[in-house]
Amino acid sequence: MNNEITGAEIVLKSLAEQGVEVVFGYPGGAVLPIYDTLFKQNSIKHVLVRQEGGAIHAAEGYARSTGKTGVVLVTSGPGATNVVTGLTDAMMDSVPIVCITGQVPQHLIGSDAFQECDTTGITRPCTKHNYLVKDVNKLSSVFHEAFTIAQNGRPGPVLIDIPKDVQFASGTYEEKNKIIIPSHRLFEPSPDFEKNKIEEAVELISKAKKPIFYIGGGCINSGPRASKLVREFINMVGSPVTMTLMGLGVVGSSDKNSLGMLGMHGMYEANMAMHECDVMINIGARFDDRVTGRLDAFSPNSKKIHIDIDESNINKTINVDVPIIGDVKQVVEKMISIWKEKKYKIDTDSLKLWWDKINKWKEIDCLSYNNEGKQIKPQYAVQRLYELTKNTKTFVTTEVGQHQMWAAQFYKFEEPNRWLTSGGLGTMGYGFPAAIGAQVGHPDALVVDIAGDASILMNIQEMSTAVQYRLPVKIFILNNEYMGMVRQWQELLHGGRYSESYTDSLPDFVKLAESYKAVGLRAKTTEELDDVITEMIETKNTVIADIWVTKEENCFPMIQSGSAHNEMMLSKDQKQDKKSAEKGKILV
Amino acid sequence: MNKSVYASPDQVSETKRHILTVLVDNEPGVLARVIGMFSGRGYNIDSLNVAEVSNDENISRITIVTHGTSEVVSQIEKQLLRIVPVHSVTNLDQEGSSVEAEVALVYIYISDTNKKKVYQLCDLYRARKIENENNTTIFEIAGASERVNRFIKEINEITKVEIVRSGPVAISSIKKNEEE
Repeated sequence: MNNEITGAEIVLKSLAEQGVEVVFGYPGGAVLPIYDTLFKQNSIKHVLVRQEGGAIHAAEGYARSTGKTGVVLVTSGPGATNVVTGLTDAMMDSVPIVCITGQVPQHLIGSDAFQECDTTGITRPCTKHNYLVKDVNKLSSVFHEAFTIAQNGRPGPVLIDIPKDVQFASGTYEEKNKIIIPSHRLFEPSPDFEKNKIEEAVELISKAKKPIFYIGGGCINSGPRASKLVREFINMVGSPVTMTLMGLGVVGSSDKNSLGMLGMHGMYEANMAMHECDVMINIGARFDDRVTGRLDAFSPNSKKIHIDIDESNINKTINVDVPIIGDVKQVVEKMISIWKEKKYKIDTDSLKLWWDKINKWKEIDCLSYNNEGKQIKPQYAVQRLYELTKNTKTFVTTEVGQHQMWAAQFYKFEEPNRWLTSGGLGTMGYGFPAAIGAQVGHPDALVVDIAGDASILMNIQEMSTAVQYRLPVKIFILNNEYMGMVRQWQELLHGGRYSESYTDSLPDFVKLAESYKAVGLRAKTTEELDDVITEMIETKNTVIADIWVTKEENCFPMIQSGSAHNEMMLSKDQKQDKKSAEKGKILV
Repeated sequence: MNKSVYASPDQVSETKRHILTVLVDNEPGVLARVIGMFSGRGYNIDSLNVAEVSNDENISRITIVTHGTSEVVSQIEKQLLRIVPVHSVTNLDQEGSSVEAEVALVYIYISDTNKKKVYQLCDLYRARKIENENNTTIFEIAGASERVNRFIKEINEITKVEIVRSGPVAISSIKKNEEE
């Protein structure tokens, strides 16, 4: 037939029809036909990373900062196994990704061929869905279904494994609108979904005396409109609101109702309010263990409303009173209209008492730290970074560890999709490639990776990528020469035995930047800090800013594992009782 | 609820056996997805059965016997529903009345001394002898798992046997609207 094209051409055509503008990838034997087709076209840009792990984090950063689906293209065997961490990360944080992997030709599958691995087998638990495409004529329908599944319901990564012979074979292309995806493969709420539950929830909120909204990453995944509606509803109720690590930015940090982040390193007032509230409204969060602390002491006297698009999150760890399965923007929109229709109003006297109590907790000033001396405190570095970037459109990514928590505590986010961090999986090495992806999606914005000296080395090879594509990503290293969070736990729980948490022989980060033809800057004292930050922002090139911070600073406040929200440690001097510390030690 | 170290102590319901019937698209890897969910999240599979039930629509029915508290089993059901090719999950115990059956094939070592007893017992349980080319004594018994258990226990007391069991399959016995 004349209208037949090759499998590789079908791949590119599918991507183009899906509106894909950029692919992050790395070539290899089993994807050469696709790379050959890529060479012959101009509509899709390819970003060549330096290790496949960088490609998938870059795609995550691109997806989370733009709201589009991130696309990854890697080869078979090691190409595929190198993306496993990123797939798991995207699965945990619900990031829409389509990952294309090459596979050895079908007649070699199962023969332990060169660069062969059971990609669909390996990635089955860390993808929302995956495919091994054996028939070239099914390739386009698989692609269109994959994009839909990646974005639909609770988003997630989808992998398509394509044997090399299928890439060479000829077949017909089917357009997106000709593909019918059976409804059981998707999440499709009925028009009248959860009506009674939503009414029940709104009535419960209207009668609350001590309400709190507990906002998660689901609000961001639901799109910018969800954040708008959530803000509107919270304002109507006049309730305090706290956000998870993934939910930062849904409600602006400067919003009068915001108590900031909750959880293990969250705000004292946020955790206390969670503990003492009488109605909790969880929107798009999943009662993660970093948030709840000890389950049997979690918010003991509250009625709990839980809005989630994924039913398996309901009653998984915390039993709730009013579960609502649905998309945040749809549910909250209904809540607002019911609130208006029934002319609900919360009891202002009790609400005032509640706010008085919260304001008392705020007075504790849980983020305060000793900022004496010329040495830069890591908290101060993040504060200055915020002050000097707050009037610029800025995206902040992080690696994982103490710097991540300080960034979450001290950088103030006013909008959704500006904060990209690995929450569920806690992947060191996420932040830099994610910043590359965010910069590709927003060429004119300022993108800063707040990093630690240990994390940044996990994907430092991507310096080469950033420089090649002239991506002016800023790496802001809080350099304390330790794996800070590991050291902190060793100090608090393991008698100060700093087993393998000190990094000897760190590179000279300034020279490292220069060797990649990027710019390296360094601040050793508080006096140098502002100048370095300003120069970093103004430099139109990739920058590593090596910020020397005090070495043994701890991240507080802290709810130690196995403790409850009302058992926060505010400083090192406040020792936890030994028994619960011992119990908490076995937890992560 | 998950058996996490953060587990809340207020789990009150007792551990019970549940039969789940799962309708899935009959596509490669679907069984691996289902059993992978069980092993990955630390749930139990007591027995598992899978076969295509509808040729035209390419649908298979997986019958899984598991045990757990009602919280655990409800979490299993929800996790199964997240799997893309899964159509539906039914907990047959929750539905109240269902019919279950399984098949066992039993190779019985027969001698002159136990022959009479063996055949008597097989008659009693309506175990059917299966004719085969090698003329060995293989019996087939079908029915509820408890009945099969009793038969196996009694035949074991008489002689040496080799057993293979299918594990139960089950179907709801409640009349559905469309059939009325």
